[in-house]
Amino acid sequence: MSQSEGQQQHPLTIYLWIWLLLFVLSACSYAVDYFHLEGMLRWTLIIIFMVLKAGLIVAIFMHMAWERLALKFAILLPPLCLLVLIGFMAIEGDYTFITRGAAFVR
Amino acid sequence: MAHDAQAAALPPLRQVVEDFASDKQAFQVPWGKAMMWIFLLSDTFIFTCFLTGYMNVRLSTMDTWPNPSEVFALHLFGQDIPLILIAIMTFVLITSSGTMALAVNYGYRRDRQKTVLLLTATAALGATFVGMQAFEWTKLIMEGVRPWGNPWGAPQFGSAFFMITGFHGCHVTAGVIYLLVTARRVGSGFYDRKGSYETVEVAGLYWHFVDLVWVFIFAFFYLW
Repeated sequence: MSQSEGQQQHPLTIYLWIWLLLFVLSACSYAVDYFHLEGMLRWTLIIIFMVLKAGLIVAIFMHMAWERLALKFAILLPPLCLLVLIGFMAIEGDYTFITRGAAFVR
Repeated sequence: MAHDAQAAALPPLRQVVEDFASDKQAFQVPWGKAMMWIFLLSDTFIFTCFLTGYMNVRLSTMDTWPNPSEVFALHLFGQDIPLILIAIMTFVLITSSGTMALAVNYGYRRDRQKTVLLLTATAALGATFVGMQAFEWTKLIMEGVRPWGNPWGAPQFGSAFFMITGFHGCHVTAGVIYLLVTARRVGSGFYDRKGSYETVEVAGLYWHFVDLVWVFIFAFFYLW
């Protein structure tokens, strides 16, 4: 265990830069709302800033970028099956909406 | 071969354990870190289920969804600033993530004093976050938001809001306690005697995950 310690020893500057970057990205996400951007532009920007923030936190703050591939695979691949759930639920939600529209609104 | 002969003599349940363990280490990290990652993986599934449920009810409701930008606006300095409380909460949590990352770093440098200081700061920021969330909940409840209805539109808004932010708030609260316990142990020299500061990094993984979940909640619930 002692030999693996020190593996996750990185210069402080990396953390400070990432910290700053997270601040900037958060400010950008807030700006999306503050300036009332709408439609596709709004959703695209929200997703981009979200993915960048999440990626930086996992890769640098949680040290995933420096872990071995076995651990990366074990932790990062299983959540991909959640995309199936999200896809199904999106289809189901639309279907429910249409059904309700047909049944309850005249 | 000797191992096989030995394993065959074991009771069946022990055999299952032996077979699955087979004396190999899959992950070249301390067990605490591997287990924390696996726990966080399971937590990812829980939060995704909540957010997917929220997506589903928001897609299927016939009523208009309340505009979070207005619902979470605060009246400050004589004007309504949209979503300002949530923005401040986001910055508080990101700041705490930064201090946590530094705490892990100073832990590995065996700088006990700075590690304790940074861990305590992280916990204090976490407590601030929970406090602001309590304020937000109080404000919304006073305005008539309930899990089954609210004055502005789709009744599902309340249930999704209380469920998702409540569960996240519980995680932050647990994290604050976790960090304080870790800080106390660092201060008492527990990890110096143990010869390893990995535990601080494992606590950091949990804390960063709480921040990570907030990134998604912020994007999908508050901004969408």
